[in-house]
Amino acid sequence: MLVICLLALIILNIFIGAVKVPVSKIFEPAFFEIFKLRLLRALLAVAAGAGLSVAGVILQTVLRNPLAEPYVLGVSSGAGLGAVIGLLFVSLGIGVNITAFLGGVITIALVYKLAKIDGRMTSENMIIAGIVVNGFLSSILMFLISNSSSGNIHSVIWWLLGNLQAYKIAPVLTLFLASLAGFLVSFVFSRELNAISLGEEEARHLGIDIEKVKIILLGVATFVTSLAVSVCGIIGFTGLMMPHIARRLTGPDHRLLLPASVLMGSIFLLLCDIFSKTILAPKEVPIGVITSFIGVPFFIYVLKKSRKAYFK
Amino acid sequence: MFSFSDVRAGYNNSEILKGISFNIQKGDFAGIIGPNGSGKTTLLRAATKAIRPFSGEVFLEGKNLAGMSLKELATIMAVVPQDTAFMFPFKVIDVVLMGRIPYINRFGFESRKDLRVALEALEFVDALHLKDRFIDELSGGERQRAIIAKAIAQEPKILFLDEPTTHLDINHQVQIFELLRRMNKESGLTIVAILHDLNLASDYCDKLILLSDGMIKSKGDPKEVLNYKTIEEAYKTVVIVKENPLTSRPHIFLVKNNGTRAAN
Repeated sequence: MLVICLLALIILNIFIGAVKVPVSKIFEPAFFEIFKLRLLRALLAVAAGAGLSVAGVILQTVLRNPLAEPYVLGVSSGAGLGAVIGLLFVSLGIGVNITAFLGGVITIALVYKLAKIDGRMTSENMIIAGIVVNGFLSSILMFLISNSSSGNIHSVIWWLLGNLQAYKIAPVLTLFLASLAGFLVSFVFSRELNAISLGEEEARHLGIDIEKVKIILLGVATFVTSLAVSVCGIIGFTGLMMPHIARRLTGPDHRLLLPASVLMGSIFLLLCDIFSKTILAPKEVPIGVITSFIGVPFFIYVLKKSRKAYFK
Repeated sequence: MFSFSDVRAGYNNSEILKGISFNIQKGDFAGIIGPNGSGKTTLLRAATKAIRPFSGEVFLEGKNLAGMSLKELATIMAVVPQDTAFMFPFKVIDVVLMGRIPYINRFGFESRKDLRVALEALEFVDALHLKDRFIDELSGGERQRAIIAKAIAQEPKILFLDEPTTHLDINHQVQIFELLRRMNKESGLTIVAILHDLNLASDYCDKLILLSDGMIKSKGDPKEVLNYKTIEEAYKTVVIVKENPLTSRPHIFLVKNNGTRAAN
């Protein structure tokens, strides 16, 4: 079902946009160029949605927090800052992907450290740590952008708000493979993720080397997020919403939850992208704006619910 | 089959267990008692490899715990915590099946045998009818029975419980302890339980270890350990100990107003 839905949306997405592309003419050179760009864009939406959802599932379970996700935790901002530093200081010769990943790793380590008080990490602490780190990172980002002399500030900001338009196949393919790898690794760790849902001590009592598993999975989540950010900017709340919606469909068993979340994430970003192209057509609304617009009310809903149900 | 030999352990630089030695035989139902902060939880953590002792050794079935993998440990010892916080609504049967994790390799799925073991475990704790319910819909007593079923599904040789009935009312307390006794007598399962309630400990355990300030204050059968002098010294509280007419085990009564004892 989800797979059919996904394929239909990919096709729909390709045929919606500022310029109408008639099916019969896609192989005419002028239209073919547009078709190629749209295809890249749809594939990027699929890859980014899948990757962010995998990261969301991992973060929610490993941190035992229904509100965890790359954007709320500041990982996206960290990766964004890393990517901007990589862009501004091209002379360093380090790839944007790598600086983004470094930014992401440093951020998640910092938030984790800040949120853990007396060995325990409550929902509230985690959100506060995320806000604080997010604020700090944004100020550095704004500083860098405001002091940058380069003419492409507009494009940096545009990209930071989330932009799925790719012009080359390479970054799309990279993110696609990274998301796939992230999914496969976390899927292999499904059983561990299930056990961690019961608590870290409980997982250890079932013979799981919890510290090792945590580092591997948080590493995967950070890696996929960072790559998604460096390719298509900051797209918030996808990783928060998709696991919750998928859990409604499949229950909490990660062997079903992970594939469902990945499909939902791809579908969601394709849908948001269609909105992004149509609401103010022929202008575009940045996709990050749309996901946040939907995501914030959802966040409040989960926050309210989590008080009652999740932590008894 | 399970022993501590001069174990010193704690966190960072503070030593909480200050040289603990004891030996639990196969088939024992042992209770670990002691005031708050006496080191009961640290003992559990040392016994489950959550912390590494500063010195001394823990032996399980003749093997040094230090050389045992967590997975191997999980097939010998199962742990039942005070309370399990369920973040997501798993079905009861799925929770019990998690007890099979130590036996299933990474790429395998649960076999027919795993399912059978899980169902038998649920039947044993009298909770088979709950198998398709969601764990967060259960009452505290039902939930604890499901958690014990998960521990049984691990097919352990020793069951370690950390105050398993703290959050339960007396009816469920007795249910859980009767269940533990049945497991102990019928299946010969060795049971070690950290307990707060001295009277439950007295009635159900064959052997008690009283911790005080990180050391063993007394160990032996309930009659040896639970006398008023030892308890008063360990808990700094005045008590009277009488025989429980039903179980002929010691029963502890609290005495109000420490200060007026001299007048008795």
